[in-house]
Amino acid sequence: MLRMVPLPMLGRNLQVYQYDTYDQSIVDARVAEFRDQVERRLSGHLTEDQFKPLRLMNGLYLQLHAYMLRVAIPYGTLSSTQMRVLGDIARAYDRGYGHFTTRQNLQFNWIKLADTPDILEKLAKVEMHAIQTSGNCIRNISSDQFAGAAADERTDPRPWAELLRQWSTFHPEFSYLPRKFKIAVIAADEDRAAMRLHDIGLRITQQDGVAGAQVYVGGGMGRTPMIAPLVNDFVPLSDLMSYLEACLRVYNRYGRRDNMYKARIKILIHEIGVDKYRAEVAEEFAHIKTLGIDPPQAEFDRIAAFFADPAFADTTADAPVDRSDAGFAAWLDQNTHAHKRAGYTIVTISLKPTGGIPGDASADQIDAMADLAEAYSFAELRVTHAQNIVLPHVRSADLRAVYDRLVAIGLAEANLDLITDIIACPGLDYCSLANARSIPLAQKIADRFADPVRQRDLGELKLKISGCINACGHHHAGHIGILGVDRKGTENYQLLLGGSGAEDVSLGKITGPGFSEDGVVDAIERVTDRYLAERTDGERFVDTYRRIGMEPFKEAIYG
Amino acid sequence: MVEALRLRDDAAHDEPAVTLDAFLGQSNATAVRIEAGDDARLLLPHLDRLALIEVSFPKFRDGRGYSAGRILREAGYTGELRAEGDVLVDQIPLMRRCGFDSFAPAAPVDPAALERALERYDHVYQAAADGQVPVWKLRHG
Ligand code: HEM
Ligand code: SF4
Repeated sequence: MLRMVPLPMLGRNLQVYQYDTYDQSIVDARVAEFRDQVERRLSGHLTEDQFKPLRLMNGLYLQLHAYMLRVAIPYGTLSSTQMRVLGDIARAYDRGYGHFTTRQNLQFNWIKLADTPDILEKLAKVEMHAIQTSGNCIRNISSDQFAGAAADERTDPRPWAELLRQWSTFHPEFSYLPRKFKIAVIAADEDRAAMRLHDIGLRITQQDGVAGAQVYVGGGMGRTPMIAPLVNDFVPLSDLMSYLEACLRVYNRYGRRDNMYKARIKILIHEIGVDKYRAEVAEEFAHIKTLGIDPPQAEFDRIAAFFADPAFADTTADAPVDRSDAGFAAWLDQNTHAHKRAGYTIVTISLKPTGGIPGDASADQIDAMADLAEAYSFAELRVTHAQNIVLPHVRSADLRAVYDRLVAIGLAEANLDLITDIIACPGLDYCSLANARSIPLAQKIADRFADPVRQRDLGELKLKISGCINACGHHHAGHIGILGVDRKGTENYQLLLGGSGAEDVSLGKITGPGFSEDGVVDAIERVTDRYLAERTDGERFVDTYRRIGMEPFKEAIYG
Repeated sequence: MVEALRLRDDAAHDEPAVTLDAFLGQSNATAVRIEAGDDARLLLPHLDRLALIEVSFPKFRDGRGYSAGRILREAGYTGELRAEGDVLVDQIPLMRRCGFDSFAPAAPVDPAALERALERYDHVYQAAADGQVPVWKLRHG
């Protein structure tokens, strides 16, 4: 029998999952399969209608001007080697850019169909793929971008996410679900992954010394946003795959096929009620558990070993960081987080420079971030759902060097979680479903609030823009959300207040009549002015909104 | 009717399949056809006298039949399990993993493409209804 053979591609001593020959053979076979499918499409043996679900399951969308390829970055973790290959692909096959997305993936917006098998082959060589980044299947698993580094986590959620990645890859029963299916896993109290806005959200916990997960089911955004209710307070690791199969089987059997807008699991649970859903899952679970489909603890342990701590230096004697440069100090305050290890810091690189496209990075910037990871962060990077990049393990003594390098490549914006750290979907510039442009609006807002002192004074303010009701830009979960609508053939924007995708999850409410592009920027300014007038000490925008309600803001906007 | 593509050795069953209602209502029929929205579990008390179960796939996007297939195999059904309708060549490997061993695609399937598809993957990540050993089991002996 073939034994597990670690492959040498990514180099040793990396804290990312590394393929063995089994993983590699599956991903290689996928590339060959897609090459075959593309050939059959190009030679006319497959109609576009038949080809569509196949290409979607390989992350290939047809957009307004070209194909878009969405590359999976499982749970947002990647090595510098992988990052560099993304830069190479951007250069060779795209127009020199990659776009980091709200699901911790990367999109290339200018791809040729005939090139995609070669691109997938390049990805496979560094243990990457585009499997299930689209289509009505279980999508790329998302997680906390600070996993394995955060001071507040109970455990590293990534071994769980990798277990789920393998279980969900080419799942024979769940590849033609009623609708797409998104799973997020976290293991901290702070929710940095919008866990309850996923079809299934898992929070890793322990009960009596046994590791397991709280299971939330039926969240989602789109046209009918819903916050996932708790379906099971504790499923032990040893039952988790069986339990998830039960959750999905109930959905696959009952989920609606007649109306794609009502096909998400959130609608099923809303229609039958969470109690009935829970009972059906319990019954299904009792049966599935007898089939022996849960991997053993040894498999979890094998995976978890890849995510062991890197070789941290003894940093107890490090000198304190010199904060005398105001620009550097502002960046430290805004873009770094506490690390679980004293003497180390988590750095977030903002991909939201004023005037830029949220989430975009040039091939050169991608390479430069890979260099930084190699020099200062154990060759590891993360992608965040807010479309930024994380260097998870930076020695505090190196922060100044990292900052200087970021200044040189134009990525030192000190705006994490501030009003200019905007999430925006591709909108009318790329997307065939769009009602309105998102990117130019994001740029206008960033311009209006460009003054760093003003931004910092406004404090944490998550602003999210979607170009249509599908909500790819998470507008429902923005402290301030903007939704592009079509009003008698012209672009119009609705404003929402009070949403959150974090542990204080909530859905935003529409303020009232919509605005033109300039009108909505003015309206936001009236909203933030009112907040400044009303806030009490230490209140974030969303806290003030929750305390005083919509009325004062409405009055400020509409007079 | 389209000649079914059978991936089993026994002789084809020649009795025509009756609807689920007809099957449950009467009969000593030995072949039944279930529609995508039918509950496959209604057949579980009768599996030992069934030789053919045909599951309809009205549109290739409608994946309810994958669950139906597994449910029937998990309950011990060993007769012919046929996927009928909008069945595409690239879906047949997944259907096989869900226990289907007979296929009646509405549009003809290119045999060479099917052979390639069926032989493509040496390994699978999860246990299903086809007895393939998942890689987690191979890894840990
Ligand atoms: C440009 C091509 C794109 C198209 C055609 C597209 C299409 C859609 C559609 C139709 C939905 C609604 C699904 C539903 O409610 O069932 C959706 C939701 C979503 N999309 Fe996109 N999308 C695109 C790009 C993106 C990008 C670039 C991102 C990430 C930055 C993204 C992230 C999401 C997210 C997070 C949701 C919400 C998921 C939920 O409802 O829970 N999409 N998209
Ligand atoms: S929200 Fe609408 S406009 Fe924006 S990417 Fe999604 S589908 Fe396109």
